[in-house]
Amino acid sequence: MENNQQSSEHKPASNFLGAINAIVWKDLAAELRSRELLSAMLVFTLLIILIFNFALELDPSTRRVATPGILWATFAFAGTLGLNRSMSVEKDRGCLDGLLLAPVDRSAIYFGKTISNLVFMLIVEAVVLPVYSVLYNTNLFNPGLIVVILLGSVGYVAVGTLLSSMAVQTRTRDVLLPILLFPVVIPILIAAVKASSGFLQGLELAEIMPYINLLIVYDVIFTAAAYMVFDYVVEE
Amino acid sequence: MKPQPLALKMLNVVSVLLFLAALGMVFLYAPLEVTMNYVQKIFYFHIATAWVGMLGFIAAAVAGVVCLIKHDQKWDIIELAAVEISLIFFLIAIFAGSIWARPTWGTYWTWEPRLTTAAILEMIYIAYLLLRQGIDDPDRRARFSAVYTLVGAISVPITFLSIRLFRTIHPVVIGTNSASTGSFDMTSKMLLTMFFALFTFSIIFVDLFWHRIRLGQLAQLVEQLKLEELQ
Repeated sequence: MENNQQSSEHKPASNFLGAINAIVWKDLAAELRSRELLSAMLVFTLLIILIFNFALELDPSTRRVATPGILWATFAFAGTLGLNRSMSVEKDRGCLDGLLLAPVDRSAIYFGKTISNLVFMLIVEAVVLPVYSVLYNTNLFNPGLIVVILLGSVGYVAVGTLLSSMAVQTRTRDVLLPILLFPVVIPILIAAVKASSGFLQGLELAEIMPYINLLIVYDVIFTAAAYMVFDYVVEE
Repeated sequence: MKPQPLALKMLNVVSVLLFLAALGMVFLYAPLEVTMNYVQKIFYFHIATAWVGMLGFIAAAVAGVVCLIKHDQKWDIIELAAVEISLIFFLIAIFAGSIWARPTWGTYWTWEPRLTTAAILEMIYIAYLLLRQGIDDPDRRARFSAVYTLVGAISVPITFLSIRLFRTIHPVVIGTNSASTGSFDMTSKMLLTMFFALFTFSIIFVDLFWHRIRLGQLAQLVEQLKLEELQ
């Protein structure tokens, strides 16, 4: 942490990657000490899986069809929890103002927050997959599925970080994020669910590719768009 | 309070007259469709309202971008006006479509690309209004809503494409006469009626847009007067 701060003092503005790095490490170190965010997200995801278990009666035949949907619904809901928390922590303790005062490009803050949000989300997903596999006796360790989860999470977090930094600055705060976020991440959910079920059912790659491409396109477009407009969101 | 400018008053009259003419054309001029009969009449206004919704959607996206670039409250008012009009007209289009779909497809609702996209767009606009409600500072409100309009404007076409990857039963009315349910061959009289309805509703859109922008400006004025009174 201290090394990073020093290095950004020596060469301000130019050290874009250094600034991103510092923000990511700050988030990870804070999380490592408090473990508030990850524990809440993990317990929440387990509860969602539990609810789905009773809501859908997951017998083997239903499971085959429903697994991708359950996974992505779980990730989407748990994701909002993480996004809200990681942004409201910055806002509450006045951290965001401190970050904005730092002599770095504002988009470094965006990428830093996005990467740390992505890391939290991937950790949660990495726990959910084996737990789900054990509970429902379904093998989810499919390299294709893991690629889909990675691509889907990148897009989700790219939009989510932008919208959550808007949501925390409103009066309604946490309530607003899912309402803002879900209608615009629908392409991700559609493509990710379709691609996941394609891989789990062992379809031909050619049939799954359109959805993978869609995910990549969404990721690229929204990362670029968020990078361009993030300044307007944190401007005072 | 400034009275309505003359051009706007004239546009009001023109819109009403055109609407009556369009109504007359739909019921008196356009021929009856063979299989769908009178139900098909709703098609002209269904298309026209969806068209206005589309115009509003594009206008909102453009206004959002300009608002971000120019930092001008004026464009925020325009953007809000466009969003509200688009919201209402897509809602009308969805309802009109449902009324048409019930006898034609046998169901009020299907998860078809255009329907679903329109519904998601409604959700985005409702979220947009909720977002605006939560912010007091007018400058920040303008920035945030412009950003959200932009995000929505990018995501809606992608949403449409992604749903389109599924099979569709919505008829592509012009240019095909495929046997898929609900599509039909349009006679030249039907085409003319459709284009007249589109034109009419475009004029109505301009009229409403103007009124709504004017309302926004008046609201801003009231806001300023209140502030001056308080100080």
